[in-house]
Amino acid sequence: MSEEEKKDYAESPINLEYHYTAGSATTRFLNQVKEGKIVGQSCPKCSAVYVPPRGSCPRCGVATNIEVPLTDKGCIESFTIVHIPIPGNPIVPPYVCAMIRLDGANISFLHLIQGIDVEEIRIGMRIQAVWKPKDEWTHSLENIKWFTPIDEPDVDVATLRFQES
Amino acid sequence: MRKVAIVGYAQHPILENAGALNEVELIMPVVHQLFDELGISQNNIDFTCSGSCDYLQGAAFAFVEGLSAIQTNPPIKESHVEMDAAWAMYESMLKIQMGDADTALIYGFGKSSPGRLDSIISLQMDPYYISPLWPDRVSLAAIQARVLLEKNIITPEQMITAVIEARTNSKNNKNALVTELVDKEAYLASENISSPLNEFDCPPISDGSSAMIIASEEKAYEFTDHPIFIEGIDHRIESSNIGSRDLSKPSGILASIEQLKLEKIKFDVAELHTQFSHEVPYLQSVLNLSDVPTNLSGGPLVGNVMMCAGLDAIGKTYESLKSHDFTNGLAHASSGPCLQHNMLVHLEKKS
Repeated sequence: MSEEEKKDYAESPINLEYHYTAGSATTRFLNQVKEGKIVGQSCPKCSAVYVPPRGSCPRCGVATNIEVPLTDKGCIESFTIVHIPIPGNPIVPPYVCAMIRLDGANISFLHLIQGIDVEEIRIGMRIQAVWKPKDEWTHSLENIKWFTPIDEPDVDVATLRFQES
Repeated sequence: MRKVAIVGYAQHPILENAGALNEVELIMPVVHQLFDELGISQNNIDFTCSGSCDYLQGAAFAFVEGLSAIQTNPPIKESHVEMDAAWAMYESMLKIQMGDADTALIYGFGKSSPGRLDSIISLQMDPYYISPLWPDRVSLAAIQARVLLEKNIITPEQMITAVIEARTNSKNNKNALVTELVDKEAYLASENISSPLNEFDCPPISDGSSAMIIASEEKAYEFTDHPIFIEGIDHRIESSNIGSRDLSKPSGILASIEQLKLEKIKFDVAELHTQFSHEVPYLQSVLNLSDVPTNLSGGPLVGNVMMCAGLDAIGKTYESLKSHDFTNGLAHASSGPCLQHNMLVHLEKKS
C-alpha cells in the first residue's frame, strides 16, 4: 500500500430502502395539487383546517374528513434569509424560506419567497403562489415555484392564532 | 401494591400491505373502537404509552407522528417504547402501580410492507461496533431451530403440528391474515427459506395496529363487571451476544417461572409470541403447557404485526378469558433474536 492510500478509518456506508406512503388523506391532497388546486382538510370536532393535511387532527385525534378548497393566497407567518449555499440546491443565496399561512388554513407550511428584495420581507406580508407551467405539474407542492408579494395590506399574525370554537 | 386490570383491547385487521394507509390512519380506528366500546374518550385516560420501531418507518422520531392519532389537547402525559407495545403495557402498569395514573391507553403499530424486514430488524437488533453484520431474523431463528432439533428438545413433527394448528386456529381470529389451511404434504412442499425453516414455519409480513386500556382495580370496575387482572408480570433478557448464549437453555424464562410461581397455577389458555414454528413446542415444553390450549388465535404464524404481536398475545389471552369459562391465562411477549427477551404475563379473571 502506498503512503497516500493509508487510512486510519474504514468507511462502511449502509442504507435501507422503503416504499414511502404519504397516507390516504395526503394522497387525496396531492391528487388535487396535481390539478393545480390546494384543498385542505378540516377537523369535524374543532374545525381546524390543515394544509397540507396529514390525515388526522393532532389536537382531537380524529380523521380530518372534510375537504376545504383554499386559494393560493396567504401571508408570511415567519421567515428566514438563507445566506449559505446548500450543495445541490440551484437557488443562489441570499434567498428566503418562509412559513406560508394560506387564507382559511390553521397551519402553515414551508416555501420560497421570490420577487422582492430580501431586506423588504416582513412577517404579515401578503403573498400569492407563482405556479410552474401546467405541463410540469406533478404530485408535489413544488408545482408552486415560489410565493411572491401582492399589493394588499399586511396581516397582524397574532390574529391568526387558532381560536377554539 | 395496587392491582391493575385490562378492561379493553382492539386489533386492526392484519393486512399484507396496508398500501396508502399510513401509521396514523391505522392507529385511529382501533383507539376509537376501544373508546366507543367503553363509552369513554382520551379525557378519561391518565397515561398514554405506545410501542413502535422507527426503523420500520425509516425516519428518526417517527413515533412522534403516531401521536397525531391521539387527542392531545388538553395536553396529555405520554411515553413511548422502541419495542413491542407489550412493553408499553408494562410501563403503563408500573405507572398505575406507582399511583401516577388510574387509567392508561396503550397502542402499538407497525408496517412491515414498505421495507425489507430482514434488513430492518437486523439493523434494529444487531449490536454492531464497527459495521452491521446483517444477520437476518429468519436465519437467526433457523440456528435456534437447528439446535433444538439436534438436541431432540423438539421434533420436526411438532413444527408441522404447530403450523397446521396455527392455520386451523386462525378461524377464531377475525383479524388473522393467513387463514388458508395446510396439511403435511403442503407443508413439506413449501419453499425452504433458511434450513430447517421453510415458508410455512415463518410468520407473514404484516401491517397493522392494536390498542389496549388498563386501569387500577377501583377504576376497572367502573368500566366493566369482569376486569381481567394482571396477576404477575416478569421480563428477562438474555445476552445480546448470540455466541455467548446456549440457545437450548431458556434461563431467563425459567427465572420468570420461578419469580411468578407459575408451576402452582393451572392455566386454561396461553398465547405465545412465537414467530416461528419451532418456538411453539419449545416454549410449550419450557412453560409446561402440554395440556393447555395454546395460541387459540393462531398466534404470530397467521399474522405478525411488528411491535404489536406481543401486545396481541396479551390481548388475545384477555379475550379468551373474557369469552370462555376460563380463570387463568398466560401470555408471552418476546423481542430480539432467538427469544432474547421474554416477558411472561399471568392474567386472571375473578369470579
